[in-house]
Amino acid sequence: MSGPAAVPDPAAPLTPSGNLRRRQAVSKLTEYAATGAAVLAVGVLAIVIISVIQRGASAISFDFLVKGGPDGIGPMLVGTGVIVGVATLIAAPIAILIALYLTEYAGQRFARAIQMTLDVMNGLPSIIIALFIFGLLVVGKKQSGIAGSIGLAIIMVPLIARGTQEILLLVPKAQREAADALGVARWRTVLTVVLPSALGGIATATVLAVARAAGETAPLLLASSTFDGSSYHLNPFEALPNVPIRIFQLSEDPNPEAVAEAWGLSLVLVTLILIASLSARVLLARSKRKMGGS
Amino acid sequence: MSAAESPVMRPRARRRRGASSRRKRFDRFGDAALRGICILAVLLAGGAIFGVVYEVIDGARPAISQYGLGFLSDTAWQPNFNEFGAGALIFGTLVSSFVALAIGAPIAISIGLFLTLLAPAGVRGVVAPLVELLAAIPSVILGFWGIIVLAPFVRDTIEPFLNGTLGFIPLFGEPQTTGSSVFTASLILTIMIIPIIASISRDLFQAVPRDVQDGAAALGATRWEVVRGVVLPSTSSGLIAASLLGLGRALGEAIAVAQVIGAGSAIHASLFMTGDTLAARIANEFPGALTEMHQSALFYCGLILLVIGLASNLLAQMIGRRFGYAGGAMR
Repeated sequence: MSGPAAVPDPAAPLTPSGNLRRRQAVSKLTEYAATGAAVLAVGVLAIVIISVIQRGASAISFDFLVKGGPDGIGPMLVGTGVIVGVATLIAAPIAILIALYLTEYAGQRFARAIQMTLDVMNGLPSIIIALFIFGLLVVGKKQSGIAGSIGLAIIMVPLIARGTQEILLLVPKAQREAADALGVARWRTVLTVVLPSALGGIATATVLAVARAAGETAPLLLASSTFDGSSYHLNPFEALPNVPIRIFQLSEDPNPEAVAEAWGLSLVLVTLILIASLSARVLLARSKRKMGGS
Repeated sequence: MSAAESPVMRPRARRRRGASSRRKRFDRFGDAALRGICILAVLLAGGAIFGVVYEVIDGARPAISQYGLGFLSDTAWQPNFNEFGAGALIFGTLVSSFVALAIGAPIAISIGLFLTLLAPAGVRGVVAPLVELLAAIPSVILGFWGIIVLAPFVRDTIEPFLNGTLGFIPLFGEPQTTGSSVFTASLILTIMIIPIIASISRDLFQAVPRDVQDGAAALGATRWEVVRGVVLPSTSSGLIAASLLGLGRALGEAIAVAQVIGAGSAIHASLFMTGDTLAARIANEFPGALTEMHQSALFYCGLILLVIGLASNLLAQMIGRRFGYAGGAMR
């Protein structure tokens, strides 16, 4: 810039110039970039889901869903159901009790330690859980569905505990105080006031955890991976056929029939998981709103 | 009055007192029982973590005594000759995860900014859950999609382009024919960590006080200047914690990486060559590992992974807590 301070020309149109124009252009550019990032993420989701639907749909038929291998995936679906079901039966009570302890009993310092434990558990690589299960339950014995269930339960506990804790914190203080004022014992308050009003939220947190666990492959890799997929198995004390491991095994097979089966399995699994997790999210948002949360 | 009533009332009162004290005793028992089983559940969770650490160390013991710390730098991996070293695996783990973080974190943080500052409420309500759904896709399906759809695209389009334009940097070497490469694995990991970092950074940005941002805008700052001058500095520690959590996820992912990385055993400068990570090596080889030493070496890999993973997780929690953002809110 040179010369004395320029006197603005009153007749000039009010458009930014020079530095301001550059700043506004930079700002606009970053806005486009941020929007682009969101579009990219949604686009990737769309591409993944569309390719699964496109390639998987042709494999789906009634026979495919109910027959045993190699023509169908019925045993895999049932096995996954059993493994995840048992995992839920193990994880849900433990997680709910931990959340109860955190919100109802624990002092601040202890609560922090527990929170840290849950966060560490949540961050454990699932392949490490597989090694743990192998060392604890499989080595020297045989593979079993229940070993896989325990592995999945380790993944589910922190998820359910966190969801439950969030919901329990939303239970209005006035309800607890009303129960206290009536002289109701703590455990009765918890069982008859706190838990029932949080039940919806706990259920949705559990469904979300189930959706996550149903697709986990690594914990089953050393626990329930050598199975016979040609017939139905229900006994959790033997290795159970299951969907994620089957996809993993087929994905290493270049044979077109294997690829087609893997796409079919993927479509079924993705559909189940997306339905569960979408409906859980809708319910969760609703039950939080109902309880006065955000 | 009282004298006349007392003979009638007294037994009843005593009975009531008896009932209430029985009830009180029952309540005391109920309180203790509920508290007790809650504590039991907490101990079980804590015990599981110690159990994990113990089992992994225990399984790794033969390999530790055989190879010692040299295992960390040795790059030979020949199960048939009982020769094991995790050097190339540690390298592959770090490279693939950091490349994923370098691509993913800026994208995820931008998504967080878009969701809090740019998107109208209606769009936000649709995009936010969609981004989180990305995390719901099982890794085995993402890996399978990676083999069939992403890898050919990366091999035929992205890698030749990067090799052509940036080929003077050793990172972007000649594309390989299979499409399995460290780079493909990094892209899959990027897809996995974006929803994690995006949802945490969105929460962080939402917590930045509105009036501080308005103040900056009133001083003439453009939208980007508000972000750069107010929003990012006040959330930087939380963003670092979020990135560390994403990194932890990338480091530990076994299945999807095992599917697309190509299980190479050498260290290459180029991202377009095959490689392998600690987690993927365990997933690929453990089911078929026959000798005790092979299994133990894989346990040793798990131990290294556990140490790296715990370190990044605890660091993330520490940073998050110290700067007022509770790790507990991160999912």
